[in-house]
Amino acid sequence: MTNWSIILNIAKTHLLTKMKSTVTATLGVTFGIGAYITMAGFMTGLNDLLDGLTLNRTPHIRLYNEIEPSLKQPISLYTDFEDTFNVINSIKPKKSQEKIHNALPILDYLKTNNAIKGATPQLQAQIFYLSGSIELGGILVGVDIIEETRLSNINDYIIEGTPEALRNNSNGILLGAGLADKMSLSVGDRVQVSTVAGDIFPLKIVGIYQSGLAEIDNVQSYVNLKTAQSILGQPENFITDINMRLFNIEAAPEMARQLESQFNVKAIDINEANAQFETGSNIRNLITYAVSITLLIVAGFGIYNILNMLIYEKMKDIAILKATGFSGRDVALIFMSQAMIIGLLGGLLGLLVGFGLSVLIDNTPFVTEALPTIKTYPINYSPLFYAIGIGFALLSTFVAGYLPANKAKNIDPVRIIRGT
Amino acid sequence: MKLVLETKNVNKHFYKPKDFHVLKDISFRIKEGEFASIMGKSGCGKSTLLYILSTMDTDYTGELFLNDRLITGKSHEELSRIRNKNIGFVFQFHYLLTEFSVIENVMLPAKKLAVKSLKEIKHDAYEKLKMLHIDHLAEQRASRISGGEKQRVAIARALINNPTILMGDEPTGNLDSHNSQNVFNIFKRLSTEEGLSLLVVTHDEDFARLTDRIIQMEDGRVID
Ligand SMILES: Nc1ncnc2c1ncn2[C@@H]1O[C@H](COP(=O)(O)OP(=O)(O)O)[C@@H](O)[C@H]1O
Ligand SMILES: [Mg+2]
Repeated sequence: MTNWSIILNIAKTHLLTKMKSTVTATLGVTFGIGAYITMAGFMTGLNDLLDGLTLNRTPHIRLYNEIEPSLKQPISLYTDFEDTFNVINSIKPKKSQEKIHNALPILDYLKTNNAIKGATPQLQAQIFYLSGSIELGGILVGVDIIEETRLSNINDYIIEGTPEALRNNSNGILLGAGLADKMSLSVGDRVQVSTVAGDIFPLKIVGIYQSGLAEIDNVQSYVNLKTAQSILGQPENFITDINMRLFNIEAAPEMARQLESQFNVKAIDINEANAQFETGSNIRNLITYAVSITLLIVAGFGIYNILNMLIYEKMKDIAILKATGFSGRDVALIFMSQAMIIGLLGGLLGLLVGFGLSVLIDNTPFVTEALPTIKTYPINYSPLFYAIGIGFALLSTFVAGYLPANKAKNIDPVRIIRGT
Repeated sequence: MKLVLETKNVNKHFYKPKDFHVLKDISFRIKEGEFASIMGKSGCGKSTLLYILSTMDTDYTGELFLNDRLITGKSHEELSRIRNKNIGFVFQFHYLLTEFSVIENVMLPAKKLAVKSLKEIKHDAYEKLKMLHIDHLAEQRASRISGGEKQRVAIARALINNPTILMGDEPTGNLDSHNSQNVFNIFKRLSTEEGLSLLVVTHDEDFARLTDRIIQMEDGRVID
């Protein structure tokens, strides 16, 4: 039977009479946990931000037609040459392969699939932007802007104008911010685009688009799908990409493979498209945990030392307790309690400090051209970090307290009382 | 008459630094209410014997009985409980928990026993202190009182659970003659008035002569 009130009372008295050591050990834990909470919150906040920058605008699955030469050349259709060795020089892909065959039926099919949140057609075309004497190469993307807004966070990146303004204006364009800068254009101005074939179309700027990635903002603009088709002189079924968003992102790779074989198109899923971001996140997480664990191990050694010292100073007390009927287990519990009290106090204080620093970072202004939606540094307040933080505080103090407590448990009172 | 303590052929060796047969065939009995003293030259094994009798040292051969129950071979947990409940121990150097008050020191073994309520324990502790004329020191820190007072606090602590037997290892060895006399008088009174059994190691001839029985030791043996 364990008499907790007396064990805790003795533990408390020891801690209070050794106030300096207690405070040192507690602050060690506080420092470790506080740093962990702050770093984890900041690092994962940063991760989420960077992931959002790229992943959120990456469709879960993208269907397109890879421009590649046909594997089956006409000559193989002739039975006459079946048994001969044919050599064909300089094979080139056909031009018509740019578009997705049967795009509209595929789109209709995808819209009925209930694993898919939405599928939206795009037409990507190489064009030139003309303004005065300037001529810039770029990409024009024809989209169903309302559907895009529903399925991606494109709206966050339209820094001037609205998606509706584009939808309502069949000659409207959402110009890339870099392009607008280079050509000194703003909303309401006109810009001309020229197709590769040389046809020129005037468009009205209804908004500015800034993704934060210069290589996109300097070349890419959005128009309505129909506008893009008519600029290229193509019919309504001319679609180069179908972007999909699923309800469950995990299902993307499997579904991509399935669509590929079903429709004879190229399907790329989000994991393939962004494999490198996963690596970046993992490395940042690794750094966070490596630093926090190092801090906690240092704090753990502090606790270990202080408890060892305390036990050395309290040899006589331990002998008396044992002589008057306290068991080795009771004595071990007294010292374990001290470690756990330090861990709990230090840990809780660490959570508070970590939260405080997080709030501070969260309110520090962070303005950058590249990230139009971001006003302050990002912080992730996930309760998971707080749970891990306090759990780790208790675990490390438990480990640090265990050896000294076990030593106290095994102290032979006779040796102490004899004074040898 | 009932026996409170009995040893049968207790032998003990120290193996370090070399084999040393420190206790040789110790067999004796303490009857209920008896006040016995152990005498012998320094180094003859008195303390060693007392540590075995108080169940703190389990490294011996032979048998030890307390209240006719065999103690030898019991687990450390069990021995702690027996020590807590049945054995009061007073050391030569009044070992008190210096960071606790006098009354807390006295209450400690009773709190561990956890039979009585905190209020009863406190009341009992006051009674013991009063009996030893140190109740006015109850709230003092144990480190702030004199040597003679400390030893009386240690006696009060040893008595708090109303033990079967009170053991002392030269409890007056570190006190001046006035305080020694005082402690002896307390023991004598506990023996005659309360019927407590006592076993006290002493160097003091006068002290020993006034006890019911003297157990004489020489070179690890009980003689006579
Ligand atoms: N831990 C030990 N290891 C070896 N020898 C010891 C140890 N403790 C005591 N002794 C020896 O045992 C003998 C008896 O010691 P002790 O019981 O303290 O004698 P007493 O109390 O009668 O003076 C002494 O010779 C002492 O040196
Ligand atoms: Mg001795």
